[in-house]
Amino acid sequence: MFDILKIRWKHGRQYIPDLKKAAVAKEFRGFPVITAVDKLTFDPAEVCPAAAIGTSPVSVDMGKCIFCGDCERACKNNEIKFSNRHKMAADAAKNMIITAGISAEMYEKEAVRCRREIKKIFGRSLKFRQVSAGGCNGCELELNACSNVNFDMGRFGIEFTASPRHSDGVVITGPVTKNMAHALLETYNAIPEPKIVIAAGACAISGGIFGEAEEISREFFKDHKVDLYVPGCPIHPLTFINGILRLIGR
Amino acid sequence: MKYKHSKTNRAIRLADIPELSITELSGALEKACISGKRVIGFFGDTKDEGRVRVYSILADDDASEILIASCVFTAGEKYRSLTATVPQMHMFERELYEQTGIIPEGHPWLKPLRSGGSYEFFKSTGEEMHEVAVGPVHAGIIEPGHFRFICAGERIEHLEIRLGFQRRGVEKQFEKSSGRQMPALAESVCGDTSAGHAVAYASVLEALSGADVPRRAHVVRAIALELERAAMHAGGLGAIANDIAYLMGNAVCGANRTTLINTSLLISGSRFGRGLVRPGGVVYDIDAEKAALTARSTVEAAARIGEMAEEMFSAASVMSRLQQTGIVTKEDAVSLGLTGFTARACGVPIDSRSDHPSGAYKYYPVTKLTMDSGDVFARAYLRHLELQQSACLITEMCESIPAGKITDKCDVLMPEAIAISIVEGWRGGIVYAGITDKNGTIRRLKIKDPSFNNWFGLALAVRGNGISDFPLCNKSFDLSYCGNDL
Repeated sequence: MFDILKIRWKHGRQYIPDLKKAAVAKEFRGFPVITAVDKLTFDPAEVCPAAAIGTSPVSVDMGKCIFCGDCERACKNNEIKFSNRHKMAADAAKNMIITAGISAEMYEKEAVRCRREIKKIFGRSLKFRQVSAGGCNGCELELNACSNVNFDMGRFGIEFTASPRHSDGVVITGPVTKNMAHALLETYNAIPEPKIVIAAGACAISGGIFGEAEEISREFFKDHKVDLYVPGCPIHPLTFINGILRLIGR
Repeated sequence: MKYKHSKTNRAIRLADIPELSITELSGALEKACISGKRVIGFFGDTKDEGRVRVYSILADDDASEILIASCVFTAGEKYRSLTATVPQMHMFERELYEQTGIIPEGHPWLKPLRSGGSYEFFKSTGEEMHEVAVGPVHAGIIEPGHFRFICAGERIEHLEIRLGFQRRGVEKQFEKSSGRQMPALAESVCGDTSAGHAVAYASVLEALSGADVPRRAHVVRAIALELERAAMHAGGLGAIANDIAYLMGNAVCGANRTTLINTSLLISGSRFGRGLVRPGGVVYDIDAEKAALTARSTVEAAARIGEMAEEMFSAASVMSRLQQTGIVTKEDAVSLGLTGFTARACGVPIDSRSDHPSGAYKYYPVTKLTMDSGDVFARAYLRHLELQQSACLITEMCESIPAGKITDKCDVLMPEAIAISIVEGWRGGIVYAGITDKNGTIRRLKIKDPSFNNWFGLALAVRGNGISDFPLCNKSFDLSYCGNDL
């Protein structure tokens, strides 16, 4: 007992006091900054494994990007640079397509808009059921990390539940495999109305690098609107938490 | 011996691999496994006219060798199943059947491995018998899989694990890439072992291209591998603590896992070490400043987890949950071909880092750590020990990163050849086998994650345990669903 208290005392404070102001190390590959308008010094089809780079105009689709950094190294004029800004969540797929002139500050202000009805119903308590549908355990580990002692998402009343019946929405990871499509739909249907849908990670948002595979089924996203997209491969806990905080207006 | 002898990360021309009849191959395989060789590959490569060349790959851990032989089948052909005599062939034969249609006659459990659709579970009836079905969606934030328990009262008599929900067709995607290198895909095969899979994939391409990976790159890779091991062991210990409601353990492990993965971020720009390893070497360097910082944070995190773990493992309330729970015997571990810390916790001394040393492990030898009891405690305590060992290795490597380049050219691959790479990921031996066609593009890439061997071990371990101890047993194995489902 006293030994445990000693450890507790010695290890000290672990939580991040202000998650909105928290920054990540400069090495982190986050929001891409693009300086070229229509000219790239490399062939994106040869370089980008996720087909996330557009050419006219030059763009990076964060919904596809896996933030591997291969393009950054292929650039001869620094046309694409990854900044360490982590607030990359968006409420519409088109918001995530970044072109020259879109700065991180601008993006962070506009990419997620608080919806009144969401704030009213879920603003103080938001519980999720998570479904991994072909996720590689990267995003799953980061979603678990959201609730650890550092990030402590529970402080905002945002938590993951064991049963869909107790939840207000679903957080989907993975490209949605054919073998999980049914289970995902069943889980979604078991959540009482009103409910929200969050797609976490490049795979869930767009299929990512698995989008073309025949074992993948993206039907769910044809029939259901996504309320929040959280880019990353895997997502960073701060990207996830800050995205939700914007969505519920906190 | 009818097998050709080779080593990890060595390219062999396909023409040099012995082509045996199935009777010869079966006999040689059975004989080899009796003398302690392990099956690390048994897969088909479809050739022209519907013929399939099946490669059998064995690991000889004592001699640090890989043995390889082959046999040509026509699709739909039958042969006598080897599972009855060599139980570790069980999953490999099911996989071969599913991928090529070659039928292992007399296989005791020839059920779908990854495909969806109908599936018949084993049944057992009796007055007190009842079934409990769990999944594919589980209560926590974990990957999907279906568990079907047959219990007598609360005691588990039998567990059948049905996987395949995560099947993304990864091997096919590698093969479709027609010459393009796909390290990012390798990093997503099993996302909690990004570095392990990326190194295995890169090693195959490097062996086939003859790239001379600089020593510095090898050391950076090994640091990434050990950081991954330490971080995942920390996460696993925390999760075990959480499962027995020892919340301090979870809190401390969680916080220090953050430190460890943030150290990976410092090196690679990703908390999971993604984007670091590329065929030919690594793309991010560890300079003196980063090396010092890496060593310092790792040592601190390991020390903090260490003191928490010692405290936890000395609590009677903890030990009563962990000891004698979920036991796998050494005999079962050997015959099922279990791998990684799961096997070492049963007293099976296998560790690819010292059995098949490659890269930096040639210069930084790793002592194998084992436990004997094969229960949840052994697996958990071993992970604590391995975490400490990883921290020592990281410090040692950070203090002596050799000078030089961090990458070499790796583009033209040897045509019509095979290279096999074994990498000890945190969970166990990851095996990649790459086969090139006559143009030197990867035609077949076979991936074996350690989970592929170990899932059946879990099914055995829970027998005779209370069903409420299943989460604890499951967490102590800490297996990957997508690594199995590919």
